[in-house]
Amino acid sequence: MSAAYSAEEMMTVAAARMLRNGAVCFVGIGLPSTAANLARLTHAPDAVLVYESGPIGAKPPVLPLSIGDGNLAETADTVVSTPEIFRYWLQGGRIDVGFLGAAQLDRFANINTTVVGPYNKPTVRLPGAGGAPEISSLAKEVLIVVRHSRRTLVKKLDFITSVGFLTGGDAREKAGLPGRGPAAVITDLCILRPNPGSRELEVASIHPGVERATIAANTGWEMRFGEDCGETEAPRSTELDTLRELKARTAAAHGVPVDEA
Amino acid sequence: MAEAIAAHVRDGDSLAMEGFTHLIPFAAGHEIIRQGRRNLSLVRMTPDLIYDQLIGAGCASRLTFSWGGNPGVGSLHRFRDAVENSWPGPLEIEERSHSDLANAYVAGAANLPFAVLRGYAGSDFPRVNDRIRNITCPFTGEALAATPSVRPDVTIIHAQKADGKGNVLLWGILGVQKEAVLAARRAIVTVEERVSSLDAPPNACVLPGWALTAVCEVPRGATPSYAHGYYSRDNVFYRAWDQISRSRERFSAWVDQHILRTRDFPEYLKMQRDSAVQAVYP
Repeated sequence: MSAAYSAEEMMTVAAARMLRNGAVCFVGIGLPSTAANLARLTHAPDAVLVYESGPIGAKPPVLPLSIGDGNLAETADTVVSTPEIFRYWLQGGRIDVGFLGAAQLDRFANINTTVVGPYNKPTVRLPGAGGAPEISSLAKEVLIVVRHSRRTLVKKLDFITSVGFLTGGDAREKAGLPGRGPAAVITDLCILRPNPGSRELEVASIHPGVERATIAANTGWEMRFGEDCGETEAPRSTELDTLRELKARTAAAHGVPVDEA
Repeated sequence: MAEAIAAHVRDGDSLAMEGFTHLIPFAAGHEIIRQGRRNLSLVRMTPDLIYDQLIGAGCASRLTFSWGGNPGVGSLHRFRDAVENSWPGPLEIEERSHSDLANAYVAGAANLPFAVLRGYAGSDFPRVNDRIRNITCPFTGEALAATPSVRPDVTIIHAQKADGKGNVLLWGILGVQKEAVLAARRAIVTVEERVSSLDAPPNACVLPGWALTAVCEVPRGATPSYAHGYYSRDNVFYRAWDQISRSRERFSAWVDQHILRTRDFPEYLKMQRDSAVQAVYP
């Protein structure tokens, strides 16, 4: 089919669709924030976006460049302190969905954003935890959005920053984590979901025009495909238009493009 | 402000400079570099450019943090160079999560030795940080994380307004500023302006002057971060920092020219305006 949209746009649209209207969503900066705001501007106008800097019910007219941009505070229903957001709202059990990105992800959807290489002598020092460890453990469920590559989807993590399903099966439940864990991982090639038994990620839906071999070649482990693996619905024109307008407004407002690292 | 830093920030102190993207006390950070403080134990949830500058300038020997990136841009190169290559000197790090550090400031403000939270279960943090431990709830038997409270020698924050008595008002994204001030032995606040009356509603975030050590008027003192109601974030500078800080030589030349050889923050701001074009498009 014709490339009327980019793989990046497909990923963002697919991620946005996962957020149901009315859900209370704890949003990470970057790709998750783009997807959550696209959802809010399309099918989920009543989604409540919560940012770790304290805004609850943020409705930013343009995408925030940082997690604490002023437009999050100005458009929020209320702005609380950082201790309050983590203690009363996240730990208090009021978050339906945690929406996260990841530097590295393994087959059980555990996340590394800390180091590549040994902890005390890292080859790459990544930014670290932020709010993700508690979001991944305490939100009722978690959505993860990442670009699909062997650098990101790796066989083994050097560090588990935020817990998915640990070693799979019932390991997460045994560790005593309150939330159900990752419900889906959305990439620019496909949608992954945990197998109900093993909890290993498997391909649930392939984006239009993507070959299975491409997914396999870009995954650091032997990726399984679900039995009823289908094709992702291509972005609708309303979704694409809304996303592109949002990005154009954002670039104009910030004077710089928003990197979605 | 120079006098307040000279009097209350000492070599070897533990120092928290808070402000969650908003109201980051950059002017005070520059003054600490200008005065050549050394061996500081820095604490900050998001080191941001302010600690990238302090670390690269050789002021710090230790850092407690929970997210060390350049927001919306990428890496903090001076922070990474210190951790990966010990430049300009070794930097001991203590890494926590946002939730943990936020709780740890609350515990510090409440004069408690540790924070308790549901956190870290299953993660690798306890493996690399033996100060992240478990505690059993005496009532339910539930295992919870216990972490040491943060109680800095000095906390510095930036706020919008102070009145004649040194009472301070801040609003917008508040981060952990109030908790960081109340957790510290000494607290310095820089403000955008002094006003005759704060005109604050009863539940506003007001820090009474008697709970603070020093209050200094430093207009635009949070630049290049922002001050809600006064000026917006200088996203262009945050982006330019990626290039300025990438190499040791360029960074050192920048610190020398913009901080060490300027008299104060107003002079820095003036130079910044004059050199904005060169800084952004090297």
